[in-house]
Amino acid sequence: MSERGPSRPRPQLVRAEGEGLGIDRELLVRMHELMVKARVLEERLIQMYKAGHGYFWIGGPGEEAFNVPLGLLMKRGQGPAYDYLHGHYRQSATLLALGEEPVGALRQMKNTATDPYSAGRNFAGHFTKRAWNIAPITSPIEVQYAIAPGTAMAQKRFGGDGITIVTGGDAGTAEGDFASCLVWSSRPGQELPILIIVTNNHWGISTAAATQQGAKSLADRGKAFGMRTASVDGNDVVGSYLALKEAFGYVRSERKPFLMEAMVSRLYGHSSASGANPVPGEVDCIATFEEQLEKGGILNRAAMVQVRERWTKEIGEAARRVRDEPMPAPESIWNNIYKERS
Amino acid sequence: MANMAQAVRMALHYAEENLGVTDVFGEDVGPPLGGVFTATQGLKTAWNSPLDERGIIGVAMGLAMAGQRPVAEIQFCDYIYNTIDLLKIAGNTCWCTNGDWNLPMVVKTPVGSGIRGSIYHSHSFDATATHIPGWKIVMPSTPLDAYGLMLSACQDDNPVLFLEPKALLRIKGDEPIPGEPADERALSKMIDAPLGDRSAWKPDWPALEPYFVPIGKARLVREGTTLSVVSYGRMLPLCVRAAAALAETGIRAEVIDLRSLWPYDWEAIRDSVEKTGKVLFVNEDTEVTNFGEHLLRRTVEELFYRLLAPPRLLAGKFVPGIGLADPLEAASVPQLSDITEAIRSLAAEQA
Repeated sequence: MSERGPSRPRPQLVRAEGEGLGIDRELLVRMHELMVKARVLEERLIQMYKAGHGYFWIGGPGEEAFNVPLGLLMKRGQGPAYDYLHGHYRQSATLLALGEEPVGALRQMKNTATDPYSAGRNFAGHFTKRAWNIAPITSPIEVQYAIAPGTAMAQKRFGGDGITIVTGGDAGTAEGDFASCLVWSSRPGQELPILIIVTNNHWGISTAAATQQGAKSLADRGKAFGMRTASVDGNDVVGSYLALKEAFGYVRSERKPFLMEAMVSRLYGHSSASGANPVPGEVDCIATFEEQLEKGGILNRAAMVQVRERWTKEIGEAARRVRDEPMPAPESIWNNIYKERS
Repeated sequence: MANMAQAVRMALHYAEENLGVTDVFGEDVGPPLGGVFTATQGLKTAWNSPLDERGIIGVAMGLAMAGQRPVAEIQFCDYIYNTIDLLKIAGNTCWCTNGDWNLPMVVKTPVGSGIRGSIYHSHSFDATATHIPGWKIVMPSTPLDAYGLMLSACQDDNPVLFLEPKALLRIKGDEPIPGEPADERALSKMIDAPLGDRSAWKPDWPALEPYFVPIGKARLVREGTTLSVVSYGRMLPLCVRAAAALAETGIRAEVIDLRSLWPYDWEAIRDSVEKTGKVLFVNEDTEVTNFGEHLLRRTVEELFYRLLAPPRLLAGKFVPGIGLADPLEAASVPQLSDITEAIRSLAAEQA
């Protein structure tokens, strides 16, 4: 287990100790691979930044155990029949779990013309993919919470079982947009099919959460709005998967909001602005998971090492290819300011 | 003839029926009130929102992302300032995603002084709005243009900011909205919500016809040869009145209604200034880093050798608010007498 302190709520749906891992082997192996792939990608992005192949790094090492199940449970596609994700900049594992190729993130880091998310315009980790309902990730903290009820409203109107998922960090819940999200998602008689997620890493850049917010639990804020809520250990991939599955099921069928808080780690600090170096004392969800997998006889150490080596090689080769790709042309600044009617 | 509020209402009705508008929403926009200026009475997609401007803009963006066509209202532009970073994101979404996403949404908001609105119901927004790239910005001065610009705004695939000069919302036009009945009392009976209990009321919409004013196209309101006056919104009819009065003294002022602030009709300005050699820009927003200053700068850079006198800007005073008392408001934003004097003075200036 990865409990970090007495105040930490216990995950709700985790199996009791000694009961096996609670979900089937194939899914465990798949989640492990995606978590490792996401970690390798983030570490490569950090390396690119440190080697001068990018100006800034921000990303999600430490959120893989939560973000991989999130991506796996999403209904991928375009339009209100499918799930919308209004994510934040620590979401690479979700994108990979949805099936995204890692090379796009490398291209965005290197700000090449081939960057599929912004053509060299935006920071690393600022994904967007309309074909899969991935709303553009932006740098301002928490604005996505004000926008997300709009897609959920369209989905409520559309019918079907598509839902909206919005994620953000704990520090930004101090912004009014988080309150906007709670209000707009729970208007009486007009509740929205929205899964509101806060990944709580206990920090806002250098400021400890405990010094700024008196709320004992961020999930509890949903209770004032009559929402179902849960607080989960986001470093526990099995617990996260099961809790998310439950929440997705509720929002999909009941067409009502759900607020989930996930306790996660921030393994390399806030961003490259704080050095992007490993932070001691943070729980590493992959290390924890690998111990469980080994102990449970799901994967042996050699197989897990091999997964890491394979992705290290593959993503390393992709990074070398990206290095030689062209920068965007200066005149491209004038492109796509507006959409023109076709 | 319809007033501007009725024209906006009819345009939104036309847009709901024919242009795919799915939501007209904001604070007090739905029944029973139908908007503090009555501009959204009787609309089938109108609904009331929480008192939360950031939520209003954010939800409009989300609706637009999910294939809806929302028209969101901020009740007074004085209250739009806490949404600036969302407006910025709405404006940069298409560019930041290199064309992956676009947001077909309209934000309408009443602007300007003239109703004794004191500090928080008198502000203008054109200077700030024109600092936010990625939006189209329009501002009518007549009911017919309000109708035509709203139809174009609702049809656009990008965010469009529709600035309503609030002092003109109750002013009737000179030209009919295509399809409105000839008798304005008949129109009022058809589409104005009754006083008192409105729960059973439904509007009886006239058979409205499409009329699109292209975004980016100015209107030559009055031809002249002495000098050019370029304005928009509430100041425009004042400029026309000043020009008409001065015609008797031999000053022939040409008056251009810009109608769109972005993109704007530079050709219309250039052609006029090349003809007259003198230009006065008039608006009521505060004068420091004012949109008129941009027009003035471009005039100097591109038309300097065609000018017979320095181009001028008449705009609001750079003070923190517009005071309630008559003398305060009159001293803060251009009045008819100020415009008349500015035209007279520019006309008299020798090269």
